[in-house]
Amino acid sequence: MSEIFVIVEHRLGEIRDITFEMLWKAGELAQKLSYTVTTIILGHELNSIVDNISDRADKIIIFDDERLKNFNADIYKEILSGLIEESKPTLTLIGNTSWGMELAPCLSVKTGLPLATDCIDIMFKDDKFIAQRQMFNGKIFSNVSFAESKECLLTIRSGVFPKDKIGDRQAEIIQKDFPLTDIPLKKNFIEFVETAAGDVDISQAELLVSVGRGIGEEENISLIKELAEALGGVVSCSRPIVDKNWLPKHLQVGTSGKSVSPKVYIAVGISGAFQHMSGASGAGIIIAVNKDPKAPIFRTADYGIVDDLFKIVPVLKEKVLELKKG
Amino acid sequence: MDIVVCVKRVPLTEEVDLVIDEQKKGIKKDQLAFILNDWDNYAIEEAIILKEKYGGTVVAITVGNEDDEEVLRRSLAMGADRAIRVEVSDISRFDSLGISKILSCVVKDLPCDLVFTGVLADDDNCGIVGIMMAENLNMNHANMVTAIEIEDGKARVTSELEGGLGEISLIDLPALITIQTGINEPRYVSILGIRKAAKKELKIMNLADLGISDEELSPKTIIEEVYLPPETEGAQMLTGDPDKIASDFIEILTKKGVME
Ligand SMILES: Cc1cc2nc3c(=O)[nH]c(=O)nc-3n(C[C@H](O)[C@H](O)[C@H](O)COP(=O)(O)OP(=O)(O)OC[C@H]3O[C@@H](n4cnc5c(N)ncnc54)[C@H](O)[C@@H]3O)c2cc1C
Ligand SMILES: Nc1ncnc2c1ncn2[C@@H]1O[C@H](COP(=O)(O)O)[C@@H](O)[C@H]1O
Repeated sequence: MSEIFVIVEHRLGEIRDITFEMLWKAGELAQKLSYTVTTIILGHELNSIVDNISDRADKIIIFDDERLKNFNADIYKEILSGLIEESKPTLTLIGNTSWGMELAPCLSVKTGLPLATDCIDIMFKDDKFIAQRQMFNGKIFSNVSFAESKECLLTIRSGVFPKDKIGDRQAEIIQKDFPLTDIPLKKNFIEFVETAAGDVDISQAELLVSVGRGIGEEENISLIKELAEALGGVVSCSRPIVDKNWLPKHLQVGTSGKSVSPKVYIAVGISGAFQHMSGASGAGIIIAVNKDPKAPIFRTADYGIVDDLFKIVPVLKEKVLELKKG
Repeated sequence: MDIVVCVKRVPLTEEVDLVIDEQKKGIKKDQLAFILNDWDNYAIEEAIILKEKYGGTVVAITVGNEDDEEVLRRSLAMGADRAIRVEVSDISRFDSLGISKILSCVVKDLPCDLVFTGVLADDDNCGIVGIMMAENLNMNHANMVTAIEIEDGKARVTSELEGGLGEISLIDLPALITIQTGINEPRYVSILGIRKAAKKELKIMNLADLGISDEELSPKTIIEEVYLPPETEGAQMLTGDPDKIASDFIEILTKKGVME
């Protein structure tokens, strides 16, 4: 029977959400196509992780070894390529995360299997698998197929599939020994560091006014600060603003920044890249101000204002101040 | 410290209505403006910073057509010593694996301690080419790097993880590193600077020079179709004059209980 591999992602003893999301999609495809779902866990001291997913897969293959304590793409690649060679899974799903984005390309070259990255859906049409993905930052969608190969690797975007359980499975658990005799220790893990520490905690704010690259110049950020102040809200931002050192890292919303859940999220001059929006998905409502009516943010925002921010933001601020004066 | 940097020219797609081409395999590009891929801009800057500190050379490479030389000239103006373009008239013939093979073929004959690529190209949004090159070249690698320090023939790198976490590791050189935005502040390039850099060497190679056959480059992933995003309900637009928009805006905030 055909098999789907799901590579479990975990960090500091916890399963990452992307694992559940991949298991959901794998479960859905398996139900439809009568495939089986096999998850693979590499790490050390994995009991609680195994317990968490044992009803979501048909088989769990575990490599539990001190040498697997920290993620290392080269070691993962060596072990997984062996397994893939042996079982020839039709699909192998990996998270499109920082780690997965390093693992998948080298695994693809090593196994010779085609790779589609950052997939937002997987479809089975006319007897073949099609991966749906985005280009040009979400302004274009594309369907990708795989030449000559019955098997392929896919990395899956975080947050596109539910985390829920689908179907009812009881996993057979298979413990394997660390198979490598000589470890390609090309890279040595040193430590994790917190890169976004700071005094303001945007994850607790009720109202965020978030500024993006559309602001143009550093000195214009005062415009956003004034609006936030008038509204009694807190300023946050997209990544390019932090990259340019215009605002500190702890104010960044998104996958590599913070997740926020204000009642209202006002996004000004932000295009709506998924890496940004995933951090704002907990917001009650999103109001977007952008001069490009085709900006992807208008697809996910609740309210939109299509205008030059330099025209509209000062008016919004004045109106709010007027109202407050009574 | 000899460093090779892979750079790509990509279209600017902000505020334009993208149009799908007749074959539905890509977009029409003749009306678009192009720039150096943002990530690659940071990669060139990082290479030049390291060169300024430790000496050595910086070589910029692109795979593309004559128009794509623009990003090489820009890289030279920023401080790269030489540039190489691999002549490929229609890059859409190749997938990321193919591009990675071509680039690897160029890099393997160059002296290098470090190879830099961007994390992602702003057009295909694949994020594949860099790490595939590392595997092709059997080179150490680190992904999504936001800081590099060189110590005793090793690189101490910070890789960005999700949620404001960084992972520090030590890798032996030579190594391939994919560069994440924000690692530095790319320098400004003037038109004059670009003109001055015209004296620097820009070498053109073709696939035959590299000894790669078309067969080796046949794509494993195939774009079946590209299309505009499916319609969604989308945002409810606030329209009218600025005053009207502002009143609607305040009404929404009041309803949500964030305005006293
Ligand atoms: C691994 C990885 C992790 C990432 N993590 C994050 C993250 O955590 N957070 C994050 O934000 N991004 C993140 N990114 C980057 C993300 O992909 C986008 O590049 C980024 O979010 C874009 O920011 P932006 O919307 O401010 O800029 P742009 O995409 O450049 O958008 C600017 C917008 O402003 C509009 N605009 C311009 N001028 C005006 C004007 N005068 N008035 C009104 N509108 C105007 C434009 O129409 C445009 O839509 C990450 C990327 C990668 C690869
Ligand atoms: N045609 C190309 N020429 C040179 N470098 C490229 C090319 N395509 C991709 N790259 C490099 O690979 C990185 C990732 O691209 P991609 O895998 O296409 O997202 C880019 O940031 C570039 O550094």
